[in-house]
Amino acid sequence: MLYLMAITAGVLFAAGIFMILRRSMVKVLVGILLLGYAANLLLFNAAPLMRGVPPLIDPIYGVPAEYADPVPQALILTAIVISFSVTAFAVVLIRRAYAVTGTGDLDNMHCTDIPCESEEILSDLEDEII
Amino acid sequence: MTALSITILAGFLIAILAPFLTRLMKHRAAFVLALYPLAVVIQLLALQRDTLTAPSIQFPWVPSMGLWMTFTLDGLGFLMAMLIAGIGTLVILYGGEYLRDDPHLERFFLWVIIFMASMLGVVTSGNALVLFVFWELTSISSFFLIGYKFEYESARAAAWQALLVTGAGGLAMLAGLVLLGQITGSFEINQWMQNPNLVQESALAPAAFILILLSAMTKSAQFPFHFWLPNAMEAPTPVSAYLHSATMVKAGVYLLARLFPVLGGLALWNQVVPWVGLLTLVGGAMLALGQTDLKKLLAYTTVSSLGGMVFLLGLGTPLAVKSAMLFLLAHALYKGTLFLVAGGVDHSAGSRDIRKLGKLAKLMPFTTLAAGLAALSMAGIPPLIGFISKEYVYESTYYYSNLPYILTGLAVLANVANVAVAGWVGIRPFWQQPEQKDEDLHPHKESVWLWIPPLVLAITGLFMGVFIQGAAQTWVAASTSAVLQEITKVKFSLWHGITPMLLLSIFTLIIGIVVYLTSRTLIPRLAACWKKLSSVGPNIFYSRSMRAFLSVAGWQTKILQSGYLRYYIITIIVTTVTLAVITLATRYGNLPNPQWTQPRFYDVIFIVIIIISALLVTRAESRLATITLLGAIGFSIAILFLLYSAPDLAMVQFAVETLTVILFVLVIYQLPKYTKTNYPIHANALNIIVSVAGGIMMAGLMLLTSAIPSNSTLAPYFMENSLPLAKGHNVVNVILVDFRGLDTLGEITVLMIAAIGVFALLGLKKGSKGGGNS
Repeated sequence: MLYLMAITAGVLFAAGIFMILRRSMVKVLVGILLLGYAANLLLFNAAPLMRGVPPLIDPIYGVPAEYADPVPQALILTAIVISFSVTAFAVVLIRRAYAVTGTGDLDNMHCTDIPCESEEILSDLEDEII
Repeated sequence: MTALSITILAGFLIAILAPFLTRLMKHRAAFVLALYPLAVVIQLLALQRDTLTAPSIQFPWVPSMGLWMTFTLDGLGFLMAMLIAGIGTLVILYGGEYLRDDPHLERFFLWVIIFMASMLGVVTSGNALVLFVFWELTSISSFFLIGYKFEYESARAAAWQALLVTGAGGLAMLAGLVLLGQITGSFEINQWMQNPNLVQESALAPAAFILILLSAMTKSAQFPFHFWLPNAMEAPTPVSAYLHSATMVKAGVYLLARLFPVLGGLALWNQVVPWVGLLTLVGGAMLALGQTDLKKLLAYTTVSSLGGMVFLLGLGTPLAVKSAMLFLLAHALYKGTLFLVAGGVDHSAGSRDIRKLGKLAKLMPFTTLAAGLAALSMAGIPPLIGFISKEYVYESTYYYSNLPYILTGLAVLANVANVAVAGWVGIRPFWQQPEQKDEDLHPHKESVWLWIPPLVLAITGLFMGVFIQGAAQTWVAASTSAVLQEITKVKFSLWHGITPMLLLSIFTLIIGIVVYLTSRTLIPRLAACWKKLSSVGPNIFYSRSMRAFLSVAGWQTKILQSGYLRYYIITIIVTTVTLAVITLATRYGNLPNPQWTQPRFYDVIFIVIIIISALLVTRAESRLATITLLGAIGFSIAILFLLYSAPDLAMVQFAVETLTVILFVLVIYQLPKYTKTNYPIHANALNIIVSVAGGIMMAGLMLLTSAIPSNSTLAPYFMENSLPLAKGHNVVNVILVDFRGLDTLGEITVLMIAAIGVFALLGLKKGSKGGGNS
């Protein structure tokens, strides 16, 4: 099972990285989501995988003899919530950026805050310093 | 000594208060602020000394590292401190009047006083690192003072140039001082002097010497670093008089004199230092003869004189050291005066061009007197101190063991130029008819505080030659003793019979007067000649290297900061993968071996769904398909959580996944469409290789980590204490809301911020281009 989980996480990482290298903003966001899933799986596998023994304390019998490690679960729970908030913010941000710039292509956004004539600005600066 | 060093350090506080005082009192603040250097002068006179044992005081700095702020005052420090504080008093009074209506007067006071305190720190510090700190502070205050008229591009460029040149020298000096510290195991200069053999026998000594010489050369404007000093004439004239003639540029000379007992014994000293000085002495003098601007004339002769001092220290004989110290004193007195006079002339007549100035004696009688006295001193005419100094210089070269005639000849040449320049600056503007008529110039009368300071300086120069020889002799003797580390007596005399030195003086004077009279033809010719040479001069080298430096910076920024997200990510992933592979390869034998456990049927189904969906996402061509596939992955992972004992995770994942899908569906048609982008084949291949490599690395790391047996002590702790301490049965929940409650608070904060951001972005409807349409 470990091997299967590792391969799954590996595939998710590879797909996430691939998507994050795309030029489309939406695909980059999808890449971030995929990387989030992969990271959660990675954390989940940090403790031994166990079936049917959730970390719950029985009201009558007390602490069970065998239980899954609660620490990675707590970490993942936090991670899921945070990644949701990041996703929500990113979606709205992309929508806004698209509305303002009219493009979803990161390469076209390259020149939206500094004009692409930045080379000329640099040479002006040179003249001033000397 | 304690009181003196506290007074000196108090200067930094006074400097900070100076702008407020200037707001209140306008230019009259000068009269209050001048009390600071005056207090230093009085304290110095009370401490006057002529012995070798210098008092010193230590304040703890970083005692655990053996660093102490040591202040000490020997004869050399005393002479320099007298000049700094004495001329400083006059410069503050003069500057208040000269910049009377300037809107930035408070900056002048601020930086001049910071400079004054730092320079006093340089000459009184007994610890090399403290010396370095003060040294750099003088460079920084010099930068701000040269750039005082920051509206002018030339002033900014000159300030920048001076800072870069002296700053580079400062770095060299730090390296040199650290080397000396390594050799001797101490940063106390006193300790270095006590056993100079330790340094001189070390293999590192030549390196330390060269580094320290470089810093002295940049600070004291020695060839080929001399070019910043004439450019620094962009500063207001009081600044030029004070920093760039009388005091700061002498810091290099001071440093060489200070370390003479330590490094003077090196063979390199005699082989290098005199030549650097000689080249600057003669070169500066010749360049001066091509100038017509009062301040440039003075600047180039200052370069020449600094060269002279370095030259004399380089010769290193007792006589030469004596002459260097005397020259230092005499030069500060006459050159400081002439700069102040030049400022006064500029202020009254509105020009600094010697061809346009003339007949100012009637309008400015006191300035004329000061200028005349200083010019006579600079030209080396008795009974002024300049005469005595020049005689000493000739004596040092004439009796030097090596090449005496050539050295003396070159010294005479430089002095001929000094005589001519002294005439052009100190005599001609006041007595002769102007060479060119300029109708725009309307000279007006001199103001009181523009002639008192130069006259005081000039008269001091006169008195030191005639009436108070005693004081000057004691000072020069004390500083020579400090440099040579043995008690030395100095005797001034205006007449010691017909000697070769006297004949040389008369000869210098005659040739100098001839040069003075031929200015009309000589200056333009030499100026044209220097202009031709300037294309190979160090100034051009400086601007070329600045340009090259900037273009290299621009080029590497363009490569490293491409502005394309994917290049940054590729760099991060390739670096991580490379490092991980190297680590794994070097520990290949010791890697843990993960266990193979049989998977169950359900597991396989969901894992296959995840893998297929992930692969399909990368190929999806519609936004809706992408969202569907993402949902499939998310829900499958939730089920995996459920199967492996994590019901809380599964619940949260289901909820969040549902919300994400809803969110996407709501805004999907406002998101940019997928467009068919044709990636070049090599780019696509690179992306695939990088992502596959990243995936393999992560899978491998995950296997390795899970193969390490986990013996966490956290899990049992939380399980045992969840009920008794937090009254909760669900341990994961207890961890989140109780044991690690603060972390959850942070998480909630993140959610809040994201929510506010979303709300704000949705609220932006009108008033910005594009506009939202939610």
